[in-house]
Amino acid sequence: MSADAAPALQLVDVDVVYRVRGREREVLRGVSLTVGRGEAYGLVGESGCGKSTTALAVVRYLPRNGRVRAGSIEVAGRDVLSLSGAELRRLRAQELSMVYQNPGEALNPSIRVGDQVAEVFRVGGVPRGEAPARAEGALRTVQIAAPASVMRRYPHQLSGGMQQRVVIAMALAKNPALLILDEPTTGLDATVEAEVLDLIQQLQAEFHTSVLFISHNLAVIAKMCERVGVLYAGRLVEEGPVERVLHDPRHPYTVGLLRCIPRGGVRKDHGRLDTIPGFLPSIGEELAGCVFADRCALVQPICRTDEPPLYDVGTAHASRCHFHEIAQELPRATPADLEQPLRIDRTSTPLLRVEDLAKVFHQSGHDVHALGGVSASIWPGETLGLVGESGSGKTTFARALLGLVGPSGGTVELDGRGLAPRLGQRTPEDVRVLQIVFQNPDSALNRRHLVRRILRRALKKLAGLSGSGAEERMHELADSVRLAERHLSVRPNQLSGGLKQRVAIARAFAGSPRLVVCDEPTSALDVSVQAAILNLLVELQADQKVAYLFISHDLGVVRYISDRIAVLYLGRLMELGPADVVFEGPHHPYTEALLSAVPTIDGGGRDRIRLKGEIPSPAALPSGCVFHTRCHRRIGPICEQEEPPLVEATPGQFLRCHIPIEELRRLQAPEPAEAAPAAVV
Amino acid sequence: MPVRPTAAVTARRETFRQLLRSKTLIPGAAIVGFWIFCAILGPTIAPHDPLGQTQPQLVAPSWKYLFGTDQLGRDVLSRVLAGARSIMVVAPAATLLGLVGGTIVGLVTGYFRGLVDDAVSRVIDAVLALPLIVIAVTVLAALGPSTVTLIVVIGIVFTPLVGRTVRAAVLAERSLEYVQAARLRGERAPYVMFVEILPNVMGPIVVEATVRLGYAIFAIAGLTFLGFGVQPPAPDWSLQIYDNYTLLSAGTYWWTVLFPALAIASLVIAVNLIADGIAQVLDR
Repeated sequence: MSADAAPALQLVDVDVVYRVRGREREVLRGVSLTVGRGEAYGLVGESGCGKSTTALAVVRYLPRNGRVRAGSIEVAGRDVLSLSGAELRRLRAQELSMVYQNPGEALNPSIRVGDQVAEVFRVGGVPRGEAPARAEGALRTVQIAAPASVMRRYPHQLSGGMQQRVVIAMALAKNPALLILDEPTTGLDATVEAEVLDLIQQLQAEFHTSVLFISHNLAVIAKMCERVGVLYAGRLVEEGPVERVLHDPRHPYTVGLLRCIPRGGVRKDHGRLDTIPGFLPSIGEELAGCVFADRCALVQPICRTDEPPLYDVGTAHASRCHFHEIAQELPRATPADLEQPLRIDRTSTPLLRVEDLAKVFHQSGHDVHALGGVSASIWPGETLGLVGESGSGKTTFARALLGLVGPSGGTVELDGRGLAPRLGQRTPEDVRVLQIVFQNPDSALNRRHLVRRILRRALKKLAGLSGSGAEERMHELADSVRLAERHLSVRPNQLSGGLKQRVAIARAFAGSPRLVVCDEPTSALDVSVQAAILNLLVELQADQKVAYLFISHDLGVVRYISDRIAVLYLGRLMELGPADVVFEGPHHPYTEALLSAVPTIDGGGRDRIRLKGEIPSPAALPSGCVFHTRCHRRIGPICEQEEPPLVEATPGQFLRCHIPIEELRRLQAPEPAEAAPAAVV
Repeated sequence: MPVRPTAAVTARRETFRQLLRSKTLIPGAAIVGFWIFCAILGPTIAPHDPLGQTQPQLVAPSWKYLFGTDQLGRDVLSRVLAGARSIMVVAPAATLLGLVGGTIVGLVTGYFRGLVDDAVSRVIDAVLALPLIVIAVTVLAALGPSTVTLIVVIGIVFTPLVGRTVRAAVLAERSLEYVQAARLRGERAPYVMFVEILPNVMGPIVVEATVRLGYAIFAIAGLTFLGFGVQPPAPDWSLQIYDNYTLLSAGTYWWTVLFPALAIASLVIAVNLIADGIAQVLDR
């Protein structure tokens, strides 16, 4: 057996079916792909396309009702499907490793980290006595600073990024022939994600590990992989080198997907984002022709009858589209034209003025300073973006101004008039004008209530409407968020994620609010749905002159929708300024690091700045400038001793840093050799 | 834009189908169904008068008297069939009372947290620290035994038990955003608790209901045996055991005790089978 010559993973015409209610439904349709030795292969697609099913089929871990109906799967030349139980166990112990999205669930909460890592070595045949030493070495490999102390801890005592490092250490412990990474950084903060991705990249280069990298995030794939396969409805629709697929896509689905993503600095006043109309075919639907035919604007009769073969479109690039030559001419699904954005008059009284808003939580004897005196104003029709790592106080800020938590200090003014700190003390009118759209529409809508009831109740409480007036207004409201009549008589769990979020938006807009807090409203959604929701929010804003406080960790999205951006760190405002200024710089060192952490589809042109370590605990704030412990531009003892004031550095841009703006401008000046930003497809 | 219109209907149908396929629920339901049937029609279908002392005394089971007769000359089979009625009224009524009380306690403590929660939770802890039967016997002895008192006492003793389960479910729900959304449109606490949260905690409440029903039958049988429940000469099962257990020492008249005891056991087991079946399907 020439195992070393065989590719790390080879799938040939793999069909996977799930048996649901007595019928076998096809989840993977004839998927063929090869991951060469030492290669990193990316698998992208929206949720429900079969990415994770592919991974589960490879390790033979399909749920009970699933099976591989046809095709072959080989790992390092061994046919996975024909292995006996013992052989399979040996394969999993020695050749295959898998890293899942949620490291907290992958680690056993009741066993110390060291014992868990050592176990991998023992299973791999290392003598009991040597295993702990090897485990410590493995933790050092994944750049854990104090491996000995980490080994004695339990998983819950580690942060998410640290947990994922431990899982990666365990995955690499046996030097596997194939490492499968299933959304390994999706739950992590951008700064931590950047570190973990760097680590994986470095280790992959060092050990020549073959990687199957599954992600919904094209930018992450662009950074991590050499080749990429695009899955749609269980079929590989396009495959090729990452550069080619992302910059010269030849399948309408890939083209559409790339257009949905706000990037390259596009803003809402540049026009609407494009969307992909329609929905993914339901699982196991019989599709005679091309799987994408129903949603494709280039569809021809042949697409509905003949399954397109995998056309070779040059340099190892293949597309499953009859019309791959003209795929990029895909007409827009959503016209780009948009009503002129609102002129925001910042000389008038702001809609909302927040002054020194602070919140201290008391937790088992500690004072947790979640929010330390944040001041900001929002004018009518404006979007204020709010960014920062988790634990920076974004959500606390939003909840405090809504009155959901009582602030420990500071004031909130509406039209120059003070608001009661707590929701219960506010007048119905004040309650009406401030609304919120939550991140997760599943938990934000009562799953036992019909959509109709949810909207009618909101209209009754917020607009004072009942009877036929409410019925009429409800239909207007549903129209304005593009919900059809039939969506009203169902419960939320019968709707897709995007439709649910539309219901949540309709509910927030029931009483014609003046400020809507959007707390990561699109982060639970697929990119094509995200684009539609962002378009909707922009449209509603133009229409109703509503202001948004938009919280998101996706900087592309924030840049697209925001007029101004506030950057929070450990409950303090580090920077506040017009969106373009905050993004283009000169910016606060923290903003600089945040921007640098995010991978982009067009490739990073920035210097790679990596924040060291984790965000400090808000229960023990660093002295002086709270950012000094991680700052890459620290200038000296002054940073540790004195908290810099928030000063207006350039017109409209406020910074909290000891370094003068001119100095920041010089430090952050781009390398002269930097190329112009790549064109948007 | 397809909405998958069948999703909820099929989900509900699926739950129903799983209940039907459950290996524990169906036999449990069959036995309970039989006893409900007896509770309604007991005296009518009984071969003899359950109260009439007209038969020969202490006849062993035979074709004429399938379960034999007791020391007063009453037909045991007739008394077992007719005896279903008292327990089938008292146990569900007591359980219902406990459920309603417990649900309210659970919603209030779980939703408000803070001082209310602390105070009520300590009271619950105190109640739970005492054996159920001791509390019940004490109260019944003080107030005098009667069916209504029995229902009320069992219901009150169950309230903290149910309350604790409901509170745990409410705690999980209240952190979900739909509760915040309700507050942000100015809903008052009772609306949030009963209209928003309650429908979402019905699962645990249904499971709790079946489990409590089993315990209620158990507790009522015990209290009646001790003389604090249904009063003679009603054809109650545990009363029959109480009336006749002294005869057991003679060693020969086992049928007077065995058949009512089996009746109690079958009902308790059946209710628990249903509870298991429902819990398995709902806990998925």
